[in-house]
Amino acid sequence: MDIYREEILDHYKNPRNFGPVEKFKLKAMERNASCGDVMEMGLEVKNGVVEEVKFNGVGCAVSMAAASMLTEMVKGKKLGEVKKLTEKDVYKKLGITISLGRQKCAQLGLVTLKKAIS
Amino acid sequence: MFDVETIKADFPILKRKVNGKRLVYLDNAATSQRPIQVIKEVADFQKKHNANVHRGLHTLSDEASERYEQARETVAKFVGAKTDEIVFVRNTTEGINLVAQAWAKKNIDNNGEILTTIMEHHSNILPWQELGLTLKFVEVTDEGILDMADFKRKLTKKTKLVAVGQMSNMTGTINPVVEIIKMARKVKARVLIDGAQSVQHLGIDVKKINCDFLAFSGHKMLGPMGIGTLYIKKERQEEMGVFLTGGGMISEVYTDQPAVWAKGVEKWEAGTPNVEGAIGLAAACDYHNKIGLKNIREHEKKLTAYALKRLGEIKEIKIYGPKDVEIRGGVVTFTYDGVHAHDVAQILDSEGVAVRSGHHCTQPLHRRFGLAASTRASFYIYNDEKDVGALIEGLLKVRRVFK
Repeated sequence: MDIYREEILDHYKNPRNFGPVEKFKLKAMERNASCGDVMEMGLEVKNGVVEEVKFNGVGCAVSMAAASMLTEMVKGKKLGEVKKLTEKDVYKKLGITISLGRQKCAQLGLVTLKKAIS
Repeated sequence: MFDVETIKADFPILKRKVNGKRLVYLDNAATSQRPIQVIKEVADFQKKHNANVHRGLHTLSDEASERYEQARETVAKFVGAKTDEIVFVRNTTEGINLVAQAWAKKNIDNNGEILTTIMEHHSNILPWQELGLTLKFVEVTDEGILDMADFKRKLTKKTKLVAVGQMSNMTGTINPVVEIIKMARKVKARVLIDGAQSVQHLGIDVKKINCDFLAFSGHKMLGPMGIGTLYIKKERQEEMGVFLTGGGMISEVYTDQPAVWAKGVEKWEAGTPNVEGAIGLAAACDYHNKIGLKNIREHEKKLTAYALKRLGEIKEIKIYGPKDVEIRGGVVTFTYDGVHAHDVAQILDSEGVAVRSGHHCTQPLHRRFGLAASTRASFYIYNDEKDVGALIEGLLKVRRVFK
């Protein structure tokens, strides 16, 4: 199945930048009401650049892989660029077709990240 | 004679493919499919008799009114009610909200309490919570069975209403409503039964069990969406105010004095009703009657036992709810160790198997089991062992993908 391609499953089983977010000043939590997923994102920004990013939570393969990939995308990026990221960028990175029912899963990381830096 | 193949043939949607596979529809607790008999009745009304009801003197309006009232009679008989005790609503949710707003608000003061259970669908919790009265919840055992000792403790003279489902949409638990109603009567509490999961699978007789209110949905019982039923015992009707106001529910309207409401169930049917929905629902009742509710229950009981056995053979799976199918309807909810419910459902979908994933609008019960989400397979008359086999095959695919 395309949606469970190896890279996605790898990010699900071995999420990158995964861990507690308490220490960060910029942090946020979001929920996906339909499936009970909880996601936290925390960032450290120095001189307008994302120095460190962590995410934490429980969720399905799509939401966890999307969040994991997203942390890799934003690390080292200028905050201005991070703010411009859209769900399309996340879908592109995931490289799979996101059905209507899975959009919220795929977007959960980005929504949480945006909340953390807003 | 109960024959699944004959029944399957009545349901056009079961002939379609999903992702190139035979559709195996196991999401019946969410909504059911429609047999050709229901589809035909609805289409027949739309093609030949469509008009507004109780509003015109022309032929079509008469025909529409006649069919609408005939539908009310059929639905009334289906649950053992009198025709003038049946209100057509949109769904179970609307039925319960109607009772909350038009009856509970008027008849329960601030000292009164409402007793419900943690296994309820959100639609049998939120309408009561919104009233701002004391709302108590009966707990369940680890097996998902209603804790009757807790029920006894929480049922007091202060309890004015007991609101309970006849069957859980998560664990499939069948609640002892007869016993519950008897106990409620002793403290003079009224009883609302949420029959969304049960009237079509177990059957109910409102006069025999002596409940005050019963709400259920058409779409979960082979009928159309957007039509539901609220049974209101005659004595309760006299205590009730209005719910929605507007056309069709009045006898007199003035500009300088209060309106006079219609007598009878019209009082709670403001606006143009869902006439084709009611006709479709009546056709669905006829369909159940033709097969026989006892046969339906027997078939689903056997199938549930089979599903529990087969699912129990997969070591990654944990099943919730009673093991005894005598107190369990055709609903099997489970979690798959290490794989989220959404991923389980998506992989099953790739094999043409439709199940529900999420919290099934039962967050308190999910919390009780320490869950955020689960996967649910729910059965109906057109499901058979082959369908359970497809579910098992799909779950073995989950194992392969997430190995």
